[in-house]
Amino acid sequence: MNRSPLDWALRLAVVAVVAFLVLPAVVVVIAGFNDRAILTFPPQAFSLKWFERALTYDDFRHGFRNGLIVMLWASSIALTVGAAFAYALHRYDFALKHVLESVLMSSLIIPHFTIGLGLLMLASQMGFGRTFAVVVFCHVVIVLPFVIRSVYISLQNLDQRLELAAASLGAPPWKVLVTIVLPLLAPGLISGWLFAAILSFNEFTGSLFVTSQATQTLPVAMYNYVREYADPTLAALSAIYIVITATLLTVANFYLGLGKVLNVDHAH
Amino acid sequence: MSALSDRPFLRLFVSPAALIAVGFSAAVIAILQFSLRAYIPGELEPGGFSLGNFAQMGKPIYARAFLDTLLICIETALITLVLAYPLAFMLVRAKSRVLKSALLVTAVTPLFLGEVVRTYSWIIVLGNSGFVNSVLLNLGLIDRPLQMMFTTFGVVVALVHVTLPVMVIMLSAAISHIDQGYEKAAASLGASPARTFLTVTLPLSMPGIIAGVTTAFAWTFSAFATPQLIGGGQVNTISTLVYQLGFASFNFPFAAALSLAGLAFTIIVLALFKRATRPLEQLGGQA
Repeated sequence: MNRSPLDWALRLAVVAVVAFLVLPAVVVVIAGFNDRAILTFPPQAFSLKWFERALTYDDFRHGFRNGLIVMLWASSIALTVGAAFAYALHRYDFALKHVLESVLMSSLIIPHFTIGLGLLMLASQMGFGRTFAVVVFCHVVIVLPFVIRSVYISLQNLDQRLELAAASLGAPPWKVLVTIVLPLLAPGLISGWLFAAILSFNEFTGSLFVTSQATQTLPVAMYNYVREYADPTLAALSAIYIVITATLLTVANFYLGLGKVLNVDHAH
Repeated sequence: MSALSDRPFLRLFVSPAALIAVGFSAAVIAILQFSLRAYIPGELEPGGFSLGNFAQMGKPIYARAFLDTLLICIETALITLVLAYPLAFMLVRAKSRVLKSALLVTAVTPLFLGEVVRTYSWIIVLGNSGFVNSVLLNLGLIDRPLQMMFTTFGVVVALVHVTLPVMVIMLSAAISHIDQGYEKAAASLGASPARTFLTVTLPLSMPGIIAGVTTAFAWTFSAFATPQLIGGGQVNTISTLVYQLGFASFNFPFAAALSLAGLAFTIIVLALFKRATRPLEQLGGQA
C-alpha cells in the first residue's frame, strides 16, 4: 500500500486524540488502586481498600439506590413518551407540531442548571418540594431528545411498504403497530432506552438543583464527596463506573450497531 | 371514523409529550416569575415585583463572568472541532469493522460517564501532584509543578473532553452522508488529496461542523461541575454564579434573573453564529 503523507498525518492525529480521550480514564483507574490516602501519581503501593470504601460508603449506597429508582422511571417514561412522539412526528402533520418539537428538543440547548432551577422553583410554587417526582420529571425532560432522535432515525430506516402490505391484507392499525412496527423498531427502542438510562443515571447538574439529602442520586453524592475528602475513594468508584459503561456500550454496539442508531454509519 | 383512521393513534401518541412540554414550559415561566421579584435577605419567599435583579447584572463581576464564559465556550468549541474532525473522518472511512467499532466506543464512552467522573479524572491528571506534573518532574523537564488546576486552561482542557464525543457524533453523521463520488471526481481531475479535502470534503461536511460547534457551545455553557471543581472559585462562569447565588446566598430571584440572562445570551450567540454561517451551510446543502 502506498500511503500519502496526509494519510499518516491523519493516523497520527487520530492516535493523539484517542490518547487524549482515554488518558483520564486510565489515570483514574490506576489512582483507584493507590495505597495512600493522598492522591499522588504514580502510586507507590497498591491496595483494594478504596474500592471497598467506595462500595460500602453510605451516601454512595443511597445515591446508587436513588439513582436506580430515578433511572428506571425516567428512562421508561422517556422511552414510551419519546417513541410515541417520534412516530407521530415522522408520520403525521398536526397542529403545533413544530412548536412541540422545538420545546421538547430545546433541553439539548437549555443549560441543565436552568432546567433544574426552573423545576425547583415550579415545584416549590406547587408545594411539591424536592420529591422523587420532580427529580424524575427533570430527568425525563433532559433525556427525551435522545430517545426521540434515536427512534426517529430508526423510523426513517424503516420500510413503510411492509406496513402497507399488512394493512392491505386487512390488519387493523394497532395490529400493524404491534406486529410490524414495534419489532422492526426494536434496535432503536432498546438503544434509545439504553441512552436514556445511562444519561439519567449520570445526570449531575440538573439533579444537583432538584434533589435533597434524601433523594440525592449517585453523581450528586460523588460531587459532595470530592468537596469534602481528597482520598482515592472516588477514583475507585470512577474506575467501576468506567468499566461498566464501556462494557455496556461495547455490548450494545455488538448487538444493536450503535453506528446506525447514532446515524454515523451509512452504507452507500 | 375515516378522518381518524388516516392518522391512527395521533392523539394518544402526542398527548403525553405535550404534557411534558407544558410542564417544562411552566418551569421556564417559573424562572421568569422569580426573576421579576425582589429578594428579601433571610427569606426564602421572594418579595414583590422588581426589575432590580436585572439592574444588578451590570456589576463588573457579572459582566466579567459573561465575557469569561463566552471565551471559554468559544475556545472549547473550536479546539473540540479541530480534535474531533480527524477522529470522525477515520471513524466513517475506516475499512475495518473492528477499528470502526473500537473508535466508536472509545469516542462515545466519555459521553455516558457523566460530568463528575470526568471532571474528577481530570483533577488527577492536572493536579499539582497529578499525572502530567509527575511525568514532567520525573523527566526533569520542569523543577516545580505547573499550576493547571484553578486555571482557565485546566477548565478548557476538561471541557474539550466533555464535548468531544458529541462533536465526533455530529461530524461523523455529516461525513457519512458525503457521496464519495465527488471526491473521486476531484481526484481524477488532478486535485491533490489535500486539495480534494479542502475544496470538496470539508465544505460538504459543513452542516455537521455547524451543528457540532453549536452543541459544543451550548454544552460548555451548561457545564457546572467542571468549572466549579477545576476552576475552584478562580474561574467564574454563569453556571457557577447561579449555583452560588441560589444555594450559598439563597438569593433565588437573582439566580433566576442570571440564568435567564444566560439563556438569552446563549440564544443570541447561537442565532448570530447561525446567521454568520448560513452561506457556509448552503455550501454543503447544494451538493
